[in-house]
Amino acid sequence: MRPDRTPWVLGAILAVLLVVGPFAPLWVVFPVTIAIAKGLVALGLMILLRCGLVSFGQALYYCIGAYTAGMLGRVFELDGVFTLMLAGMAVAAATAYVLGFLLARYRGIFFGLLSLAFSMIFYGLLVKSETLGSTDGFNVLPSTLFGIRPADEWVRYAVLAAASSVAFVAALLVHRYLRTPLGSLAPAIKDNEIRVEYMGASARYAIHVKYVIAAALAGLGGGLAATTVGHIDPEMAYWTVSGEFVFITILAGTGNVIAPFLGALIFEGIRNVAFAVSPNTWQMVLGGALLAVIVFLPNGLWSLFRRGRAA
Amino acid sequence: MQRTRKLVASIAAAALCVPALAVAQDAAPIKVGVVTFLSGPAAGPFGVPARNAAEITIEMLNGGKVPKPYDQKGFGGARLQMVLVDESGGTTTQVTEFRNLVQRDNVDVVIGYISSGSCLGIAPVAEELKTLTVFFDCGTPRIFEERDYKYVFRTSSTATMDSVGAALYVKDLKPNAKVIAGLNQNYAWGQDSWGDFELSMKQIFPKIEVATSQMPKLFAGQYNAEISTLLNAKADVIHSSFWDGDLEAFILQAGPRGLFKRSVVVLTTGETAMYKLADKIPDGVVIGARGPYGPYAPDNELNKWYSATFQDRYNVPPNYAAYQMTQAILGTKAAWEKAQAANGGKRPSIDQVIAAFERLTFTGPGGEVRMAIGKGHQAITETAYGVTKKVGGKMTVANVKRYPAETVNPPDGVKAADWIKNGFKK
Amino acid sequence: MQQLVAVVIDGIIYSAWLFVAAVGLTLIYGVMKILNVAHGSFYALGAYAAASIAGALLAGGMPPMLSYAVLLGAALLVAIVLGPLIERGILRFMYARDEVVILLITYALFLILEDVIKLIWGVDPYFIAEPYGLLGSFDVADLTYPYYNLILVGVAIACGAGLAWTLTRTKTGKLLLAVIHDTEVSRAMGINVGRFYMVTFTFGSLLAAIGGAFTAPTVSVVPGLGVEVIVLSFAVVVIGGLGSLPGAALGAVIVGLVRSATIHYLPQAELFVIYLVMAMVLAFRPRGLFMLAEARKI
Repeated sequence: MRPDRTPWVLGAILAVLLVVGPFAPLWVVFPVTIAIAKGLVALGLMILLRCGLVSFGQALYYCIGAYTAGMLGRVFELDGVFTLMLAGMAVAAATAYVLGFLLARYRGIFFGLLSLAFSMIFYGLLVKSETLGSTDGFNVLPSTLFGIRPADEWVRYAVLAAASSVAFVAALLVHRYLRTPLGSLAPAIKDNEIRVEYMGASARYAIHVKYVIAAALAGLGGGLAATTVGHIDPEMAYWTVSGEFVFITILAGTGNVIAPFLGALIFEGIRNVAFAVSPNTWQMVLGGALLAVIVFLPNGLWSLFRRGRAA
Repeated sequence: MQRTRKLVASIAAAALCVPALAVAQDAAPIKVGVVTFLSGPAAGPFGVPARNAAEITIEMLNGGKVPKPYDQKGFGGARLQMVLVDESGGTTTQVTEFRNLVQRDNVDVVIGYISSGSCLGIAPVAEELKTLTVFFDCGTPRIFEERDYKYVFRTSSTATMDSVGAALYVKDLKPNAKVIAGLNQNYAWGQDSWGDFELSMKQIFPKIEVATSQMPKLFAGQYNAEISTLLNAKADVIHSSFWDGDLEAFILQAGPRGLFKRSVVVLTTGETAMYKLADKIPDGVVIGARGPYGPYAPDNELNKWYSATFQDRYNVPPNYAAYQMTQAILGTKAAWEKAQAANGGKRPSIDQVIAAFERLTFTGPGGEVRMAIGKGHQAITETAYGVTKKVGGKMTVANVKRYPAETVNPPDGVKAADWIKNGFKK
Repeated sequence: MQQLVAVVIDGIIYSAWLFVAAVGLTLIYGVMKILNVAHGSFYALGAYAAASIAGALLAGGMPPMLSYAVLLGAALLVAIVLGPLIERGILRFMYARDEVVILLITYALFLILEDVIKLIWGVDPYFIAEPYGLLGSFDVADLTYPYYNLILVGVAIACGAGLAWTLTRTKTGKLLLAVIHDTEVSRAMGINVGRFYMVTFTFGSLLAAIGGAFTAPTVSVVPGLGVEVIVLSFAVVVIGGLGSLPGAALGAVIVGLVRSATIHYLPQAELFVIYLVMAMVLAFRPRGLFMLAEARKI
């Protein structure tokens, strides 16, 4: 068995982000932070995808995380970046625990579309809540780090550092989880659920756990996005956002916990370039690039890194 | 009161002429980020006309071809360079793109934003990045009601004006109105527009009855059931803040079903559709243009030049989004050149431009604009409403009533909703 | 009572529209197991083609009555040009991949087609309103409806009945059912599965284009037209049971009537009522109303 190098690679990436961060141009720091937020959501989707489930409603938990962070600031004037992220994670996980009893029974396209229905109902409820600004949403307070508000030129770096540290811990935990008996059940569930049951494991229970973990990660990402962007609106729960997350996950591949973050980074990069290069036809550039990745890299971007090692 | 304002206006205008004499010393171009919808449903009625307006205005300014008092080249002699960005993709994308504009492309000024959601999301970022940002079209009054901004300005009136103006026009047109009904899109714009209109109507007609308020999903496209309920409501007046495709689909579907015969329909943004659907809109429909734009624009030199130049280039008359875009650019120019004059003819710092912009009065192709509320960052303008009337097959507006800026906008420091609830107290 | 009549009429008109827009999706899914996001693009393309072609011909002096045929012709043109192109050019290389990967490919296609539409037709709206008012209107329960709405209902019935007849009464339909039930064996028996896939995709796209073309006279044809249709038709076919023709019909009728009743009696809930219906149906019938293990799918 090959020694597990992933924790070291993760640590190295974190170190690079922390060291290079202060020197990187600010217009790079921001999308990288956003990519980390989206990568967290994609990490959760990856866990589900490994057992063959695709959620078209993951934006529900992303949005719940964001609105939890926003409401805490609005009502209780809390602004600690870790508090907001963890609160978003907790509320998302609790919601997923309840919905999970229903959703864990579903497979394939029906799992995806039922989760889509839930996210759209939540979207509708937010649009109806005029006190929360309806579709215009509201501003989220600038966040603080352990009660300290960093100086203006350091805010972006502080948020990046906080985000990458949290993402590091999350990725490491998920990596460990995938190696536990419950975690490694995923490919078996994907291949043949009946055999899993015969072995004495409960597929439904395993899926329920995975669903809650995925939601917790999405809530974490949502809370992070809310403090980073500084504004939240119901569109964060819209189906196109869910579609974007699924796209990132598939683009990245399920090979490793680093893949979703890489996928998110590349997705943000392509979109940024497309906006700058052809403001009138950026959708076409984005669609073309994504099509190319799917066609030429069948196992996602991660396969680029696997290929060398497999040989 | 009115006279003092005129005096202030003429002093401001005089001040603007001064820099024309000074020779431009700083020839480095001024980079202007322009953000409007280039894709999606808002591109056709607002985004692309606004982009065209930006293109032609900046080109004409660079050529020094705009009439007085804007005849100096660029901003204070420095050429303008436009960086164009699509407003689609949601708030997160827009905040990213705004940061790209400022930190990667190093723009000096950002002018743009049609969606109120974009404006609310961008404003704090503009403040963080200390970048002069001028909103040209978005409607929500919340921006300057919830926070004070230093770097953010809006050169068009808020949506409150459209709803209050519509209510006042109804008072003039149908003084005996008893029943009203609404058809608005179920999102912030539609909810706020109807909320303000309903509230204003209740102030003006204390006994008014609301038969139904229909709130279909944005871009639903099929309105047969809604039209049935509106027909059944037998309302005197139907208010709708529908825009673009939804507005046009509504007109196409409501016409053959006789809705326009049964009730007076008020279309607060009807101007963007009135020429395109000239043969489908019957006479007597109340049309708004979100201010004194398009058919309601004043008959002055600037407007004559503007509408002719725009028509000449794009083969359509400029609609209100185009007017608002040009107004935003000219307003920024006025502030810039006032600051430059105060700075001894040298290129002003952004702080100096901001100081000049606050409480500025300038003239756009839609007439006088005063940055009077929101601590001097939010414009008020007059507004006008009229009804459609075809003259020799051509669409025109008749029975036009103009409402002065103070009548249809809240005073400084008063929230729009409170102002309406208190009976429009000055 | 009077209001109830209006609820039913409005509901049926909306159902007809939904059915035509969605039925192609269920056909393609039933045969090819592809949840086609680009379905919305075909709807939009149909509307654009219909509006621009019919508009040009009417301006050139075509008798207005012919415009109905032109709407159909425009839809055919879109489907025949683009359907085989997309299926043969891209999709056929992807059949070995996961369902969700193919779904994402159609999503990428949808993004690309959105901009293709913009490049061809620009962002200004197109109108082809003549056919809507041409046939006059009828009065029911103090309300006026143009006869055109009946044409829409007729188109929906024709599409549904035509599909059902093709599938159950013709040789092609029976071969297609064989392909659905077992692709491998069908291939071994000498059925040209690839051709069936191409024809199915083209035909499914044609249905979407017809939906767009016949909606064009009642709306303004603008960018983004197709987006709204995608999730709506997903909801309809999922409620009915993916791949089921009667399911799509029932799904459309349920959604149409519920939406219409909501607008008349509880307008505030219109926004999410469709998703509420979808969640309720899936909660009690996890695979939709018509999708049973032994149910015969198209």
